[in-house]
Amino acid sequence: MSQPVKLPRWIDIGVIPALNILAALLVSALVILAVGEDPVKALEVMLYGAFGYDEAIGYTLYYTTNFIFTGLAVAIAFHAGLFNIGGEGQAYIGGLGVGLLILALDGWLPWYGLLPLAILAAALFGGAWAAVPGWLQAYRGSHIVITTIMFNFIASALMVHLMVNVLIKPGQMSPESREFAESAWLPQGHEIFAALGIDISRSPLNFSFLIALVAALLVTLFIWRTRWGYAIRTVGRNETAAIYAGIDPKKTVFWTMALSGALAGMVGINEIMGVQHKLLLNFTAGYGFTGIAVSLMGRNHPVGIVLASLLFGALYQGGAELDFEFEQITRDMVVVIQGLIILFSGALAYMFNPMVARLVGRLAAAKG
Amino acid sequence: MTSDNIRPVAGGGKPPAIELRGISKSFGPVQANRDVTFRVMPGTIHGIVGENGAGKSTLMSILYGFYQADAGEILVDGKSVTIESSRAAIDLGIGMVHQHFMLVETMSVLDNVMLGSEGGALLEAGQQATRKELARLSNDYGLTVDPDELISDLSVGQQQRVEILKALVRGARILVLDEPTGVLTPQEADRLFEILAALKARGVTIILITHKLREILAATDSVSVMRRGEMVAHRTTSKTSAEELAELMVGRKVLLRVDKKPAEPKQTVLAVEGLTVTDSRGVERVKSASFQVRAGEIVGIAGVAGNGQSELLQALAGIQRISDGSFNVGGARTVGHDTPLDPHEARRLGIAHVPEDRHHMGLVTAFSAHENHILGHHDWPAFNRGLLLDREAAIADCTAEMERYDVRPPNPELTAAMFSGGNQQKIVLARELETQPKLLLVGQPTRGVDIGAIEFIHNTLVQMRDRGAAVLLVSVELDEIMSLSDRILVMSAGRIVGEMDAAGADPRRIGLMMADIPEDEVA
Repeated sequence: MSQPVKLPRWIDIGVIPALNILAALLVSALVILAVGEDPVKALEVMLYGAFGYDEAIGYTLYYTTNFIFTGLAVAIAFHAGLFNIGGEGQAYIGGLGVGLLILALDGWLPWYGLLPLAILAAALFGGAWAAVPGWLQAYRGSHIVITTIMFNFIASALMVHLMVNVLIKPGQMSPESREFAESAWLPQGHEIFAALGIDISRSPLNFSFLIALVAALLVTLFIWRTRWGYAIRTVGRNETAAIYAGIDPKKTVFWTMALSGALAGMVGINEIMGVQHKLLLNFTAGYGFTGIAVSLMGRNHPVGIVLASLLFGALYQGGAELDFEFEQITRDMVVVIQGLIILFSGALAYMFNPMVARLVGRLAAAKG
Repeated sequence: MTSDNIRPVAGGGKPPAIELRGISKSFGPVQANRDVTFRVMPGTIHGIVGENGAGKSTLMSILYGFYQADAGEILVDGKSVTIESSRAAIDLGIGMVHQHFMLVETMSVLDNVMLGSEGGALLEAGQQATRKELARLSNDYGLTVDPDELISDLSVGQQQRVEILKALVRGARILVLDEPTGVLTPQEADRLFEILAALKARGVTIILITHKLREILAATDSVSVMRRGEMVAHRTTSKTSAEELAELMVGRKVLLRVDKKPAEPKQTVLAVEGLTVTDSRGVERVKSASFQVRAGEIVGIAGVAGNGQSELLQALAGIQRISDGSFNVGGARTVGHDTPLDPHEARRLGIAHVPEDRHHMGLVTAFSAHENHILGHHDWPAFNRGLLLDREAAIADCTAEMERYDVRPPNPELTAAMFSGGNQQKIVLARELETQPKLLLVGQPTRGVDIGAIEFIHNTLVQMRDRGAAVLLVSVELDEIMSLSDRILVMSAGRIVGEMDAAGADPRRIGLMMADIPEDEVA
């Protein structure tokens, strides 16, 4: 038995995650060796695929945008001691909100007029989808993990129903809505850069990336610099102390979940308004679930989440390239590598802590 | 090192039952024990006193095999041993009675005693053997407990007896008791010391860890004092005094008695009428309590832990809803079942609350000191600037308070968990007293607080009183109630069973009221 040693912050948020990724990459290398490919070359391809040319970077940042939103959603709930597994469904319903709004107004307003309303719609829809499990947790004691998972399935079923029976564009087979008017599309990355006089290739990267960065900044301020964030953290750390302080944990749980869902719903801005330009099925593609790993890896801090989102964005994009380049490395193998990163930096995030703590302790002892 | 019993003393030339030589242990940069040497002669009761964090618990954990010492030697009966686990300690005849009992509440006494030494896959044989052993022990030592009773049906004192029996059944000849009287009534404590005396008479060696000097003086043969990880003195109990021991523990002179003028009570601030509190399981925790607290007086509530004091305090602070009766604050606001009070409003009414359990209620230990400083006040304009919290204001305020209350280290950025118990309590006190409350609710103000800080906290409470606050004090330390209060209420089983002026109150009578049970059961 040994006492936990408190590590300096830079080790906790810098060295430990780096060690975790290194361990994941080492195991991945073994897997790649086992299927008979060269791991060093694979890493090169992956890095090149993620950052090697402007289109690749565009794709990486486009994925990053989604992960920032879902990662922030998980983190804010986590600060209240809640494990929101329902980011996927909340993103899905948030996208529905964006889609319905734009379908109703796209002839009337340009994108910059629509954007504030679309953000509101994404937040309301995603937030409401998370607030129901939040209410059930706070006032009925239904466990948030169970209910948010269930709500993912309900969201999925609801979307299928709406797309197939209600919102489908008449006269076609695929369950998709009509395309939005082009004036309602968010500016693409290459358009923004073109306006600045820089010529880059076309990619799904769009204005939402900036919204994601602003969201990360606002969440940071909200959690650590406002009385509401203070209340959320108090409830998460010590509910008894929260009650003592006159903070209502039930209300806090409800509103935190609503906020968490609202952030997840922002995926809809990126996907529906920024990339797809229509409502369709399965546009969330697992971003909600990956957000859990992103948040864990980012230590529930927006700065960490932005960095972890970039890593996962690169994995998504570079992984696709791997699949392309190597005969033996399939799409599934890429999922294995992503899984290993999640395993080492999420589930086993603290595996190296005791080792590093011993090392730090010994160094400190040697110094004096 | 001053010592008068560290050399082998008369004992028939027998080696010491326990001898520690030069034990050192550090956790990272913290040295918990430094070159600790002491010995306990067989068949004696040896006390170890020291402030919180002096290293007593670490030392005993080393003796019981929870930790391994970095350096030093342990000798049992004169032979050098290594104790790698609690199993090894048990095999050497060392038994431990923990401060918090390690009992399975839903199982019988017999099963609890047998737990871990069932002696086979089937329980029958083990049960028979244990039953026989229990009968023998209760005969020998007067440790009577019904083996078939459920633990949850026993009083705390009886539960502790089961813990002692557990150790004895496992063949303990050396018994370590860690703060054994914290949860006992004075009568139960007396009874415990009788049992310890009986054990000693039959050759059992006892190490008694406590912070209550009175118990050391009453029960032990010799005593060692620890300060900051070191053994600073050994004394023969008959040749020392409480004042000397306190000075050795703290390293300076301490005033054990609270110095206060007679109270000058003024208008009634808190009037409680038939207050009843029912918990979530429907059990009445406070039963129709009625009393008053006036401005400028300290009213102490004496009672054994768990007799409704906590619920009473929480009801008055707006944390627990009351189920019947009412209370009035400052003549302005009457709180009843249908007009509930929440902690938020309570603060606005001028009620400050220093909760009994600072780790679970008074502090968020993961937060920094300055964040804890605004707990409950986080929505005050003083700590906010528009939408954002005014961090600088909180830090400045916290720094000033830390200075005034002598919190060490005076670092507002430090996490609350990193402060010692006394300093944590000062952080809570500073926050609550700073509001200049009309009514101050204080629970266990000095639990787990070192002697130096106790003196400070007591004086601060008296100052609050003299400035005109009405103070309601709940403590399970009868000494504390006796020395601080102007009036004493005694609580037992949720009822207020007695009220008296503190001047001339008889602790023995209060003790009997606290127990609220016929004297034969106490004995």
